[in-house]
Formats: sequence, structure tokens, C-alpha cells
Amino acid sequence: MPEDENKLEDDNEVDITRRRFLTASASIVGGIGVVTTMVPFVKSMNPSAKTQAAGAPVEVDLSKVEPGALMREEWRGKPVWVVHRTPDMLKTLKDVEPQLRDPDSKESQQPASVDKHYRSIKPETLVLVGICTHLGCSPTYRPDIAPEDLGPRWEGGFFCACHGSRFDLAGRVFHNVPAPKNLEVPPYRYVSKDKIVIGELDKKKEA
Amino acid sequence: MQKSGGLLAWIDERFPLSKLWQEHLAQYYAPKNFNFWYFFGSLALLVLVMQILTGIFLTMHYKPDAEQAFASVEYIMRDVEWGWLIRYMHSTGASAFFIVVYLHMFRALMYGSFKKPRELLWIIGMFIYLALMAEAFMGYLLPWGQMSYWGAQVIINLFGAIPYIGPDLAIWIRGDYVVSDATLNRFFAFHVIAFPLILVGLVFVHIIALHEVGSNNPDGIEIKKKKGADGTPLDGIPFHPYYTVKDLVGVVVFLLFFSIVVFYAPEMGGYFLEHNNFVQANPLVTPEHISPLWYFTPFYTVLRAIPDPWYGVLAMAASILILFFVPWIDRNPVKSIRYRSVLHKLNLFVFVGVFFYLGYLGTLSVDPFRTEMAVRFSELYFLFFFMLWVHSSRRSSKFNSSWFVFFIALITFYDVMRLYAENSHLIMMSWFIPTIFLLVHLVLPNIKRFAYLVEDKAEPERVQK
Repeated sequence: MPEDENKLEDDNEVDITRRRFLTASASIVGGIGVVTTMVPFVKSMNPSAKTQAAGAPVEVDLSKVEPGALMREEWRGKPVWVVHRTPDMLKTLKDVEPQLRDPDSKESQQPASVDKHYRSIKPETLVLVGICTHLGCSPTYRPDIAPEDLGPRWEGGFFCACHGSRFDLAGRVFHNVPAPKNLEVPPYRYVSKDKIVIGELDKKKEA
Repeated sequence: MQKSGGLLAWIDERFPLSKLWQEHLAQYYAPKNFNFWYFFGSLALLVLVMQILTGIFLTMHYKPDAEQAFASVEYIMRDVEWGWLIRYMHSTGASAFFIVVYLHMFRALMYGSFKKPRELLWIIGMFIYLALMAEAFMGYLLPWGQMSYWGAQVIINLFGAIPYIGPDLAIWIRGDYVVSDATLNRFFAFHVIAFPLILVGLVFVHIIALHEVGSNNPDGIEIKKKKGADGTPLDGIPFHPYYTVKDLVGVVVFLLFFSIVVFYAPEMGGYFLEHNNFVQANPLVTPEHISPLWYFTPFYTVLRAIPDPWYGVLAMAASILILFFVPWIDRNPVKSIRYRSVLHKLNLFVFVGVFFYLGYLGTLSVDPFRTEMAVRFSELYFLFFFMLWVHSSRRSSKFNSSWFVFFIALITFYDVMRLYAENSHLIMMSWFIPTIFLLVHLVLPNIKRFAYLVEDKAEPERVQK
């Protein structure tokens, strides 16, 4: 049977070009398959729909915060501080400005309705996200003046014990500390004289 | 291969059981001059097995859920029969693992076990070390205490400091905008299955690589190069029974110390289990003082030495990654410290001291003095590697002096950059720390009387190839 003989001869000869082409194309197609299959797995680690939906606004009654005191609230799993600043405390903000990295809050995260120096809508009430802009510890509120551990020039503010970052009483960062930016001011608005809502903006004032 | 009938022969026709036994134990030749430092490889293997076993049993009772995790650990401690023992074995095992691995690495540095032909062996070992760090870090989140929570917060934020992709990367790692239930759940998955598999795989590859090139030893002899008439290394003995029995003694002594810690000091004064971790995680309040567990603190101090998150992360990463390159930094053909120069020995022992002090600083809170020491000892940390390269061969006095001037200029320039009124005195005084180090290593050998300090000793005939 001549046909079969021909076939046998062909089988013994290897077409290297064709084999290389098949190997290469199979590898490329397979490689693309592996990479695209990775996408669902990588994406599955993103925050889920439920996580993204969480984070309802929080209402705070300001009359409960004594002058000079700090109250902690939880908003989107983060600590939010509400500080009732006294006139004496507000006076220190001007004094410390030469020691600050960004006294005019040019690089910091805050809503437009917030004053650049006081960093609040009304001077006496400061609202901050209590997370250090360095590596995310929650700093300690240190309103005491010139304590032993913070030195004679300390006029009150926030101190992060984790890595030694210092912020003034408006959450503005000092020079020569690890934190690069001022503390973040969350979106908030007044619903009445003594009530604010954290997580919502006053649309009229922002515009 | 010996002839045997019955079951073994039946298996050997289907699986190379006798062959594996011969090649890796009974006929695997190890140098006959192993000393104390050669216990730690087999001990690391022992601790790995122990961690896997105790881990399996802890998983039977632990709940990876932010609401229940903390309570389930206390449940293991109080209500599960012998639960306290299994948990303390696991937590002490983590620290023991790092102690053993650090001693194992120090042994390699002392005897030049990373040098040709063992470069790849060292690199595989470094990958094991990295995987071990990841494994330990993720495991530490699981008890969901305050230190678990805030430690994870800080370490994940290290990735957030990377420019551009950082913030999104940190969210992707956490699976949330803050460390939360999602983070705990995935760290559990990584800790109990992903990283143990990687670790076991890497350890297997490490041993295969070791058996390919053979063990180094305190004299630096290549035993495969001198073989007797029967073809076996003259300076070697079969691993089994000689070293299996020797290692068993090591195991017993190790378990003695291990048991003392497990039974009498499982917290080890706050170093193995931190006090703050007995308080449940609270996302609103960071404890007054937080620090990672002791085995991370040297690198953590390097991070804290630099007042910028991104550069700090880079410096910390560099302090770990530079170890990968040690085989190409130390180019001196003499392997063992026994035949190396006085200054090389000094360099290595100063490095050990620096590593300890950096580690100690990392456990403390920051103040200006400690921050300054962190900067100086980080400088010494990196200078160790530079000196490793300098002592690779005899250097001319011109070479030494140029590098001396270069480093003094660099350090002084950095000091001027960061100088301000309150820390100027501290900076000027501590400037002497790296300067004295550089003087000893780069200026002293140029003086004729002290030139012998950089001379390597002659290796005995048997060590020479």
C-alpha cells in the first residue's frame, strides 16, 4: 500500500519550524489564559460591595463636649475626634506657625468649607480623623502645656507615640517629624447650632 | 544498593525508597568537623514541624472573625483541654523559630557558607526568611488584640507609603479601608495554608540545594574535593548515623530550654507575647506604646530612623534585601572566620552588637536621643556590608583614604541637612560613632604598625583547593 508508506516516511521527519510554531503559540495562548484567570482572584481581594456600602454618616451632639475636651466617634471604622477648643487654645495656633510644615494647609485633605488655619467650620469645634498621616496609628490628645516628655515648647496638640509625630491643636504637622501631612478633616456639616453630621457636606457652602 | 527481599524490594521496584535513604542520609557525607553552630539547621526543621502540628490543632478551635477571634483564643486558653499548652507551644515556637534562624544565618556569615558554590543555597534561605516574616506577621493578627490590630495597621500602611500605587495597594491588602474583619479573614487564609505551603516548598528546595553542593564547615574545607580510595570524602562521615545522633542531642537540649519558656515564661516578659495583646483590638484607640515583636524590631528601628514614610520604607526594605547580595559583597576567597583578618572579625562582631541594639531600640518608644541612636546604628548597619566588601582583599592606603573621605563627607552632609536647634548637640556628639568605626576600618590599616589587622591568616593545607 503506497499511501501508508508515504505516511510513515513523513512521520519520521520532524518539521522543526512547525513544532516551534505550535509550541510558541500554545505557550502564548496558555500564558494569556493564566494571566486572565488571575484577574478574578486578584479582584476578589478588593473591598466587597458590602464593605463599600458601609459607612453611614454619624451625628454628634456638641453640647456634650466640655471646653478643652476631646470626644471620640467611629466613622467608617476610623476614629473621628471632636475637640472643643477654648479661646486660649485657639491663641496657640498663631504662635506655633513657624514650627509647622504646612501651616496654610495647602497639601492637606479637608473640605473647602473649612478654614485653612483653624481647620474647622466654627473655630471652637475641631473635627479630625484621628489617624496619623505617617503609618496610621491614632495619636494621643495632649492639651497639657510643656510636659516633661514633649519639651518646653509644647503648647498643646496631638502626639503619636508610635513614631513620634507631632501636630498642633488644629491637627497641623510640625517640622522634623515622620508624618508628611496635616491630619485629615472629614466631611461634616452643621444641622443645628449644637449638632453636626460627620460624613456629609453642606452642598451650598462647598459650591 | 543493598539486596533485600520482601516488602522493601517490592517498594524499591516502584518507588526509590532505598535510593533516597542512601543518597540523603546513610551515604550522604557531611564534614566531620561540625561544631555547635551546626545544630540550628535541623532545629529549624524541628520547629517548622512543631508549628505546623500545633497550628493544625489550634485551627480546630480558633474563629477567624473580628467579633469572635479574641474570645476564641481565650476559649482555647481556658476551656479547651490542654489548649493552653498547644497555644503556648505555638506562640513560643514562633519566637524560637526566629532565634534558631538568626543563629543559623549568623553561622553562615561566620564560616562563609554563602560563598561559591553555595550562593543559591543562601538566596533560597533568604527567601525562607522572608516567607517566615510574612507568616509570623500574619499569624500575629489572628488573636485580634490591640498589638495585633495596630501592628497590622502600621505594617500594611508601609505599603501605602509607596508613591502612586501605595494607597490602593494598602486597600487591596486589607480588603477594606481600615484593618477589619476582611483583613483578619484573609490573613487567616494566608497564615494557615498559603505561607505554610510556600515555606515547606522552600525548605525542600533548600535541602536539595544543600545536598547538591554539600555542607560547608568551620574550616571551610570542600570535602568533595578530597576523596579516598573508596570514593568517599576523606573529611566526611555519613550523615546517618553520625549526625542524626548528634542532632538528637541538640534536639533534647533545645526542647529543654523550649519547655522552660513554655511552662514558666510563655510571655517572656512581654517579648514573646506583648502585654497589650491581652486587650481586645480597638480601632479607635492606639495603645500608648506599640512595637512589633522582637524579631522585626531591628528593621523597624531603621524605618523609624528616617523622618519620611517612603524613604523610611525604602531604607527598611534595603536593610533586609541587602542580605540577598552578601555572596557578591564579601568576595574574599577565604571562607571561614578562623582564617580571616582581625578587622573582619571585629566588623562581624560589631554587626551583631548593632543588630541587637537596633532590635532593643525598636521595642522602645521614641525620644530625641533614641531617634538619633537609631540613625547612627542604622549607618553602622549598612557600613558593615561596605566593610565586608572592603575586607575582600588587601586595599591600598589610597583606596582606603578615598572611601574614608567619601563616607565622612556623606554622613556630615546628611547631618547638616537634618540639623536644627534642638538636636544639634546630639547630632554633633553622635557623629563620632560612625566616624570612629570608619577610622578603625579605613585609616588604622594604613599605619604600618597596624597593617597586620587586615591580614588574613594562611589557610591549612587541607582547606586549600
